[in-house]
Amino acid sequence: MKYMLILFTLVFTENYVLVQFLGICPFLGVSQKFSSCIGMSGAVIFVMTLASAVTWGIFQALMIPLHLEFMRTIIFILVIAALVQLVEIVLKKYMPPLYKALGVYLPLITTNCAVLAVTILNIDNSYGFLESCMSGFSAGLGFSLALILFCGVRKSLERAHPPKCFEGLPISLVAAAFTSMTFMGFTGMAENMFG
Amino acid sequence: MEILYAVLVLAGIGAVCSVLLVLAAKFMHVPVDEKFPKIRECLPGANCGACGYAGCDGYASALASGEEEKINKCVAGGDAVAKALAAATGAEFEDVVEQVAIVRCSGDCNTVKNKEAYQGLASCAAAKLLYGGPSMCVYGCIGLGDCEHVCPEGAIRVVDGLARVNYRACIGCGMCVKTCPNQVITLMPDVERVIVGCRNHEKGANTRKACAKGCIGCKKCERECPQGAITVVDNLSQIDYDKCVDCGHCQDVCPVGCVHFRDFRGAHTHPEGTK
Repeated sequence: MKYMLILFTLVFTENYVLVQFLGICPFLGVSQKFSSCIGMSGAVIFVMTLASAVTWGIFQALMIPLHLEFMRTIIFILVIAALVQLVEIVLKKYMPPLYKALGVYLPLITTNCAVLAVTILNIDNSYGFLESCMSGFSAGLGFSLALILFCGVRKSLERAHPPKCFEGLPISLVAAAFTSMTFMGFTGMAENMFG
Repeated sequence: MEILYAVLVLAGIGAVCSVLLVLAAKFMHVPVDEKFPKIRECLPGANCGACGYAGCDGYASALASGEEEKINKCVAGGDAVAKALAAATGAEFEDVVEQVAIVRCSGDCNTVKNKEAYQGLASCAAAKLLYGGPSMCVYGCIGLGDCEHVCPEGAIRVVDGLARVNYRACIGCGMCVKTCPNQVITLMPDVERVIVGCRNHEKGANTRKACAKGCIGCKKCERECPQGAITVVDNLSQIDYDKCVDCGHCQDVCPVGCVHFRDFRGAHTHPEGTK
């Protein structure tokens, strides 16, 4: 039940992109094509889960004994960046098809604030190891949901012929605001369902 | 003491990460085809996808591995890139099939009738907002020259109320295609020789009332085409360019003269470039 709550919360009520406004850059940057949305989503889910697991280990084993909790931001950035690079090299060698599908998007995630956020929020919520992994996975799933939904919205925007001054990014931002507002409707649902 | 720990831990993690990355890069190095960087260097790096691959890297690796033999697929780079690729791969130079802008309308001010006398802003986009434009044909060229203004090469001129493209100057950038409010202009590979110069989907009688040169959907070209390449869909002729052999017979039989048989070779075309 605890894991279901984490999943539901991070996908709907506390969606990283649409409710917490994290990871907006890839949300706007790669939402034009459905195929790239899928690639980016896969990469984000993968990296978020992995980063949650690794940073949890480092935090518990290294930072708590040495009382370095305040250093978590910079250490996590360092670890995530190295981790993504490592994953890229490993995928390239052992899983070329997966590398082809995710390869372009992996470097983009290195500095994605949503990934950093999930690792830090895991600490703030004092999650255990499995809970951290689940939270990373769910956050990635929520990101994917937002990205794919918004991709559909942008497809319609392309055909809508907005006024010239609104074409492109401006109308996308307006549409993003509306998409975000629809997710406000989920507020409080998680507590009622699982509380 | 605490600051010492902080510095040490951060430096330690950084060092471990970098050693891991270096080791990983060394032991998991994937050998790249030595031709690949040389070929990749020739390509413009626009990743436009016009070659049919995911990006310049995709095209370059296909060329390097030999699964792709055509060196003339980079439309963005044009003949210069095709020549460089020919030198890099040792393949024979072939002309790149570029795009040219085609005006799919034949109605100038002598053939198309106006339903109103438009006196507003001299812009197609503005005129279009007023009941679909001044002309009786709402599909065709409005003739106020939005495409002419936007063309970076000065390849389009509006003469007698109809946009005309100087194909030898057209670089196929597609600015006019984006600008035209009626979507009259389209891009077409410059190896083709025949176009249907009309977009009117009305029934023949209605088209006839609006424009003397509009396609009336009489199906004569469909019947006469020796290759069976022409079909009339929604009262408008459409050419299947996979079947068309550029004989030009359709131009001769068209009763209204809206099928054009011409040389549409664009600005970058090599003199011998044909289908």
